[in-house]
Amino acid sequence: MLSQLRASVVSIIFFVVLTGLLYPMAITGIGQVAFPNQANGSLIRLTGGRIVGSQLIAQAFAGAGYLHPRGSSAGNGYDATNSSASNLGPMDPKLKDRIAKDAAALRAENPETEIPADAVTQSGSGLDPDVSPENAAFQAPRIARARDLPLSTVQAVIARNTHGPALGFIGQPYVNVLAVNLALDGNTH
Amino acid sequence: MNWQGWAEIAFTIGLAVVLGWPIGLYLARVWEGRSTWLDPVLQPVERVLYAACGVDPNKGQGWMTFTAAFLSFNAAGFVVLYGILRLQGLLPLNPTHFTGMSPHLAFNTAVSFVTNTNWQSYGGESTVSNLSQMAGLTVQNFVSAASGIAVAAALARAFAANRGSSVGNFWVDLTRATLYLLLPLSIVFAIVLVALGIPQTLAAHVDAVTLEGAKQGISVGPVASQEIIKQLGTNGGGFFNANSAHPFENPNAWTNLIEEVAMNTVSFACVIAFGVVAMARKEARALLATMVVILAGAASTIYASEMLRTPALVEAAHVVAAPNMEGKEVRFGAPSAAVWTAMTTGASDGGVNSSIESMTPLGGGTALLMIKLGEILPGGVGSGLYGIVVMAVIAVFIAGLMVGRTPEYLGKKIEAREVKFAVLSTLILPASILGFAAVAAVLPVALKTVSASGPHGLTEMLYAYSSAVGNNGSAFAGLNANTPWWDTTLALAMGLGRFAYVVPVMAMAGALVAKPKLTPTAGTLPTDGLQFVGLLLGVILILGGLQYFPPLALGPVVEHFQMLHAIGH
Repeated sequence: MLSQLRASVVSIIFFVVLTGLLYPMAITGIGQVAFPNQANGSLIRLTGGRIVGSQLIAQAFAGAGYLHPRGSSAGNGYDATNSSASNLGPMDPKLKDRIAKDAAALRAENPETEIPADAVTQSGSGLDPDVSPENAAFQAPRIARARDLPLSTVQAVIARNTHGPALGFIGQPYVNVLAVNLALDGNTH
Repeated sequence: MNWQGWAEIAFTIGLAVVLGWPIGLYLARVWEGRSTWLDPVLQPVERVLYAACGVDPNKGQGWMTFTAAFLSFNAAGFVVLYGILRLQGLLPLNPTHFTGMSPHLAFNTAVSFVTNTNWQSYGGESTVSNLSQMAGLTVQNFVSAASGIAVAAALARAFAANRGSSVGNFWVDLTRATLYLLLPLSIVFAIVLVALGIPQTLAAHVDAVTLEGAKQGISVGPVASQEIIKQLGTNGGGFFNANSAHPFENPNAWTNLIEEVAMNTVSFACVIAFGVVAMARKEARALLATMVVILAGAASTIYASEMLRTPALVEAAHVVAAPNMEGKEVRFGAPSAAVWTAMTTGASDGGVNSSIESMTPLGGGTALLMIKLGEILPGGVGSGLYGIVVMAVIAVFIAGLMVGRTPEYLGKKIEAREVKFAVLSTLILPASILGFAAVAAVLPVALKTVSASGPHGLTEMLYAYSSAVGNNGSAFAGLNANTPWWDTTLALAMGLGRFAYVVPVMAMAGALVAKPKLTPTAGTLPTDGLQFVGLLLGVILILGGLQYFPPLALGPVVEHFQMLHAIGH
């Protein structure tokens, strides 16, 4: 039994050093050199150097002239240090109330079109950086009105930032919200 | 539902099986100590380690010594991890200055990672320092997986032996599974994941000023190196609270595909390697077919269920009421969430790319059933293999009773002793799950942090204990489990599910290794054909299904009919 104890202690120390320190450090080194943008969180810097967020992380947008992300239960909303889903079950009255409230607001904004499901539901992380193409199309008239732009201009910006599924069938089509809003503002980054 | 969704599900499961084949043939070489192309680099490392450990790699161990080594190594791993989590506030690589975990949270988390469960009572980015993520959690992601693979190797040798005594050497199996299989795969695919967008930095926090001028803090860290072994080792514990729904853990369809395949392919590979080592390749294919049938069925059920209209969307009117997008990311949608959820609950991985709590009753219920079927479809790395072999032993025993012959499996007579050990290990699961859940359901201190009432609340509790005992680790996350009651009882459940299962399995291996290896005769029940697949499916579904039918009926099934009623069916 004593021999097992010695082997246990020595091998756990060995694995802590190898898989807990050397391995992640090596991957960090390679990642930082070969893919610095991705390795640091796909951050977006404006020309002045200001970090406006990450391409992969939702941020709040309230202005009528911006594309709005999906609702968020991460912290107090879009808190990228506290990711979380709503964790409300399908029969939960709190879910029903929240959706009814959000849907009423959206109906006032665009009564003609049926509201897409992702516009009134929250994601698994609370940080979903994307909306569905239907959701973006639903918001396009509001954005065009607020910016005094032709609808077709807004739709063109959305179309340029719409991505299809991988290989045509893996995953779903999506529109990156921050990319659309940067393009609408005419920012270069 | 559309063809793309079905194609994605079929492609993902198919790819995991196809890649499992060459990995399994390679793993058999690793188990048998045959030469591999990594020998020039790794053999010197092995030699130094064995010398430092005082281990003779050529000396086999009997089942008791092997099991003692397994338990002793896991105990040492627990002590180290518990220490790191408690003391992380004093240790380096803690840029956000997190304090040490509370005793009950550190106990829960340490047991969770040592048992390959990776239940998340902790919120990754808000409580765990970079050092704890790397030197604490990532280490156990490797070695708890390798420990499971070692037990699978021992069982394979037990079936291969002819009146033998040794089931292999735990230290050699542990080391070789880590060095030759898990580490090389992790290095390659961690780099691929960084290229695809997953962060890998020693920083922990970035401050941004959003387009509208608000401040946004963003947690980052060494994510990619942990993400890949979290999946390859069927661990499942996330770097972030939201696990693989978080865009930094899983930014796009490609990372999602890699992570899904990674969390099943090594488990399939263990079955293939078992077939090679136990000289039973056809029989191994039958085990694999059984796994795939149920896995594909579960993925399809969840997909179909998540495409149903849900009451909150129906009642809001003028809203497209399907799919059920609550808790799902836009880039994944229902098909990716469905196949992921089937694979993660079939495989004891427990990582999630959507919120299981927010799934439709039958979607979440299928996830719960997959865990309750014993984490063998395809199960955790190593543990899935020894789990399904236990089921196969029970299946041949039942078939033997029906025709009145002494049953055999893979050339070994299955007698009273083996069957007792097999049944003992399968009884641990329902006894722990139902026992703990029954107590929690009447105990105010437990019920206080259950978020939902009615059938959904019952499902939350059942799911928590099933996930813990099955060493899965996924959750109906509305339940706040970071309380002394839940942390402690779930940790006990995880320990029972792992160690009280492995010991009888190893005892069975010890009984089998000593038996003569028989050649099949005309009277031997064939265990490689469709007939056996059917028999094994029946045993798994009856054993797993019937034991849990009453609580499943009171939880997800009742809620399903409530939901249909609410949308006016």
